[in-house]
Amino acid sequence: MSVQEYWIAFTTILQKEISRFTRIWAQTLLPPAITMTLYFVIFGNLIGSRIGEMGGFSYMQFIVPGLIMMSVITNSYSNVVSSFYGARFQKSIEELLVSPTPNWIILSGFVLGGVARGLTVGFIVTVLSLFFTDLHLHNLWITILVVLMTSILFALGGFVNAMFARSFDDISIVPTFILTPLTYLGGVFYSISLLPDFWQGVSMLNPILYMVNTFRYGILGVSDIDVVYALSAVAVFIVAMFTLCLTLLNKGKGIRS
Amino acid sequence: MPVSALNCQKVFLMTKALSIRGLKKVYGNGFVALKGIDLDVEQGDFFALLGPNGAGKSTTLGIVSSLVNKSEGSVSIFGVDIDKDFSKAKRFLGVVPQEFNFNQFEKVKDIVLSQAGYYGIPRAEAKARTETFLKELGLWDKRDNAARMLSGGMKRRLMIARALIHKPRLLILDEPTAGVDIELRRSMWEFIKKINREEGTTIILTTHYLEEAESLCRNIAIIDQGDIVKNTTIKALLQQLNTEVFIMDTVEKLTQAPQVEGFETQLLDEHSFEVVMQRGQHLNDVFVQLNTVGIGISSMRTKSNRLEELFVELVEQDRNKQGAANRESDQKDKVSA
Repeated sequence: MSVQEYWIAFTTILQKEISRFTRIWAQTLLPPAITMTLYFVIFGNLIGSRIGEMGGFSYMQFIVPGLIMMSVITNSYSNVVSSFYGARFQKSIEELLVSPTPNWIILSGFVLGGVARGLTVGFIVTVLSLFFTDLHLHNLWITILVVLMTSILFALGGFVNAMFARSFDDISIVPTFILTPLTYLGGVFYSISLLPDFWQGVSMLNPILYMVNTFRYGILGVSDIDVVYALSAVAVFIVAMFTLCLTLLNKGKGIRS
Repeated sequence: MPVSALNCQKVFLMTKALSIRGLKKVYGNGFVALKGIDLDVEQGDFFALLGPNGAGKSTTLGIVSSLVNKSEGSVSIFGVDIDKDFSKAKRFLGVVPQEFNFNQFEKVKDIVLSQAGYYGIPRAEAKARTETFLKELGLWDKRDNAARMLSGGMKRRLMIARALIHKPRLLILDEPTAGVDIELRRSMWEFIKKINREEGTTIILTTHYLEEAESLCRNIAIIDQGDIVKNTTIKALLQQLNTEVFIMDTVEKLTQAPQVEGFETQLLDEHSFEVVMQRGQHLNDVFVQLNTVGIGISSMRTKSNRLEELFVELVEQDRNKQGAANRESDQKDKVSA
């Protein structure tokens, strides 16, 4: 295939992914908007006013970056896992497998589809947060870079989950039992400096902590961890996950007998 | 035309549409689906691949279309080895699978358009082709409907339109008329025959309707238990028939089966009887003898599908042969033990 043909194949997958999640917006875009609004009202306004400042900012300002990041992570992941597993389940993945589209284009198309949903939801949540607090960007480029990298990483994670899943139950196990606890314990609602030393050390093993803090640094200028170190770690994980996904695709894990 | 160009054309024509050598497939549970088959399909052929359920037909076609990983052997599509350049080989190939394999919630036109995109066909060209194929297959009015709203026959036609969007030179149809009514089946075959005749597209067909294979295909391979049992022309295969039974409807009322010298006859009802014809006998002899006794024939038909009889016979022969071979090998094992 020529470069132009690669591009056409890639944009076809991407467009299909975007039209899928926009077609079912009531299942994909509306629920996170409602959930995050509830978080802003309950944790930010009602409870937050009694908590006072955290990290030098009002509690509402402190949790907004974490909640935006939480929506990006969840939606990037769930878009790819449900779309790719759905394609496997309906066997429509065979449309791609019989075509000359190379596996790295298939992977990139699905991942960018997940990123598109993650960023769309992230944007919606950001706009909603402006009804509750003021946001001032401390560093635009770090904000964009970290949100993009996080979205890519979790979209890749969703892809791995979709390849191993054997039923629709399997695609909800990781988000429920791993992703949600790690996000809640990843410094979305608190600064880890509040924790005893031991639990601070344990928290440092949570990869989501690095992403949430880097994003918070981009917006507020405060972070519990080193931003450069966090970005480098995410970049390494992206390369490793991309390689893993491509290997699984080449072997035909779950898609070829 | 220069000599080199002529040579190139000759080489091109000599290239098989599909060439399979020593193809073997062992599934993870140890089941041997293919035992190392060889198969050639000529360019422009209308080829039937027949076999009972679980014989290895879909596994073979799955390997050719990259949906199944092979264990051993080689596959070339128009001379391109799938191990060396699968991407190029796939360009020659269109696949209509046995089961519906599209997103049921997508619009009909979007399914076909997306497939064009996967082959790198520019949007404008893809739209024009989509319109052409959907119109030819009678789906244009349904283009904005979700695929799940289509009838079974329409879904089959949608898969044909999708498989043709990149104008493949080899079209694989895996039981495409299963569950399709007679009228629709006929119109589908007219369309496929037209593609084979006018575009020169090579067609490989698997079907359980053996009369379809008999009326459409020129060459045939019968596969059973992972082995090719027979690979020949339909004509040569039918010549292997030893007996054939014809049902004759008479003008006159009959009280008993007419006596026809050299032929076995049996009365069916007062206006019809059947005649058993051995290989080498001629129907003309039957008509001459009936004419002399004053029996007129109003119509005539074959009693059963000829290919079906042969198919059953060949599969049984192969199984008996394999059974005997297994028993012999068991005995040898016992002796050596």
